[in-house]
Amino acid sequence: MNTGFLTVYWRDMIRFFRFRTMLISSLVQPALWMAFFGIAMSANFDRLTSVIPPIPGVPSVDYLTFMSAGVIAMTTLFTSLFGGVVLLFDKNWGLMREIFASPLPRNHIIFGIALSGMTKTFIQAIIIMVFGIFLGAAFFAGFSAGQTIISIAGILLFTGTFSLGFLFLSAAISISLESPEGLQGIITLLTMPIFFASNALYPVDAFPPLLQAISVINPLSHLVNGIRYFAIGGNFQAIGIHYTATPLEIVISFLLLVAFALLMFAFAVWRFRKASVT
Amino acid sequence: MAGPIIDVEDLYHRFGEVVAVDGISFSVEEGEIFSFLGPNGAGKSTAINVLITLLAIQQGKATIAGFDVKEKPQQVRNSIGIVFQDVTLDRDMTCREILEFHGRLYRMPAAERKKRIDELLSLVELDAKRNVRTKHLSGGMKRRLEIARGLMTRPRVLFLDEPTIGLDPQTRMRMWEYIKTVNDEGTSIFLTTHYMDEADHLSDRISIIDHGRIVVTGTSYELKNTLGEDLIYLETADLPRTRAILSRMDTVREIREKSRGIVITLDGDGTKILPGIIEGLAGNDIRVSAVNLKKPSMDDVFLHFTGRELRDAGAHKPATAAISAGRR
Repeated sequence: MNTGFLTVYWRDMIRFFRFRTMLISSLVQPALWMAFFGIAMSANFDRLTSVIPPIPGVPSVDYLTFMSAGVIAMTTLFTSLFGGVVLLFDKNWGLMREIFASPLPRNHIIFGIALSGMTKTFIQAIIIMVFGIFLGAAFFAGFSAGQTIISIAGILLFTGTFSLGFLFLSAAISISLESPEGLQGIITLLTMPIFFASNALYPVDAFPPLLQAISVINPLSHLVNGIRYFAIGGNFQAIGIHYTATPLEIVISFLLLVAFALLMFAFAVWRFRKASVT
Repeated sequence: MAGPIIDVEDLYHRFGEVVAVDGISFSVEEGEIFSFLGPNGAGKSTAINVLITLLAIQQGKATIAGFDVKEKPQQVRNSIGIVFQDVTLDRDMTCREILEFHGRLYRMPAAERKKRIDELLSLVELDAKRNVRTKHLSGGMKRRLEIARGLMTRPRVLFLDEPTIGLDPQTRMRMWEYIKTVNDEGTSIFLTTHYMDEADHLSDRISIIDHGRIVVTGTSYELKNTLGEDLIYLETADLPRTRAILSRMDTVREIREKSRGIVITLDGDGTKILPGIIEGLAGNDIRVSAVNLKKPSMDDVFLHFTGRELRDAGAHKPATAAISAGRR
């Protein structure tokens, strides 16, 4: 097997750990979201929803637990969308010429950069889980050790698949563009609707129909579904809303993420085939 | 393997309406240092980019180390080393990592990578900088590291695109020594340059390229000799009479009098004509007290074949010329 993608992976990980500011900020940023946004919003939401009578017989989780899943998803989205940016810099600084002129198949550049992006999102997801539990998020509450391990594996599976899709997209955009400013603009345009038209931070039940439709096809919503299922369970209430998820629904969510990743991979392969660096 | 290491037939390359390479053919023999000499924008880099498989070949045929560039790009890639025109080093990787990365890209086995890195770092005298990030290297060191990288996979032919651009004169001389050493060890070299002295000093053969075409190809000596305009400077005690005698010789094309001597332009090869001139003068009792035979420089050659001087020979011209002609 050609393991050329590991070369690209190796180099990107060197850079990740070498740029101390990048490393630390990428680790601290999600923790800050939890510490500030999480605590502030959960104080508000818990006060507002305290008047809603709880649904009898359904376990209830507080807002912090509810949104922690969203913060993992959001961090994965941002990290993945920016994961390919290094390719644009490599292209502009001529470094991509060395790689394109080498026997390394171009698809391996995509694999390598996606693998390193995925590694980064895993590190972040684990930090958020640990920090969230430290702040009081009721993740894996009442789970046995075995269930917890399976749940963490499930969360990483969802996070990894989701991140691949957006890393492929990011790589495709980066190799196609000339300027970092343009890339910044496109990524900002993408993140807004994906992030806010999702169930990451609040329920989608009260959305207008159009937003609801977007949230249904939004990969981020499916990622959040998966994380909540594994971290909290398939039957709980939060912010006065009863959340249920059957294993079948979770499998469908997962398959949608896989389909999204495959689609984005095809897009990236096409863009890389078109790309020319001189 | 017999046959040329690089063989190019009728290569064309267009960018939209612009014809960058306009039908060039040439071949480079194994072990040779071959140069493309021409101004920026002449099509040198485009030609090199096609040969190293960064640009898809549009029209014509090219083989490198026996492999067709179009049909067997992977084999071509495995046979060549490249030093690009601009520095293409990751600023935040160390010298060792730069070479390690390159070796991995070409799937060299780990043990061989390690051995080759040691060899090359000592060849380009960067042992002491092994674990230093490239952003802390001087311009010359970066270039040397890039040459080491180009040699990492023991290529049959090394492509050097403007290898000494932007380096100070002393560093350029050192770079030339490295290039010679590499060539002496058996690597064929194809280089592009817009420095006359570089092409002159390094190459076994030179192609002068202008507007996407090869104007002329030959050894430095041949190119200068085809001008047939060797210059001879003479000093004698009686300049007017010397001048009169010289003007009757049919090998002499033009005579110019200087303050203490005479400069004559010849129609043929000065090395062969000079003895006859001295004899002819001696036959008329004129003793030549000083003589100097000057071969035309590559600048003269370029001027002769293209009808103009290099549009921007950066090193020799004021800064404004270099700026106005910058293509990138």
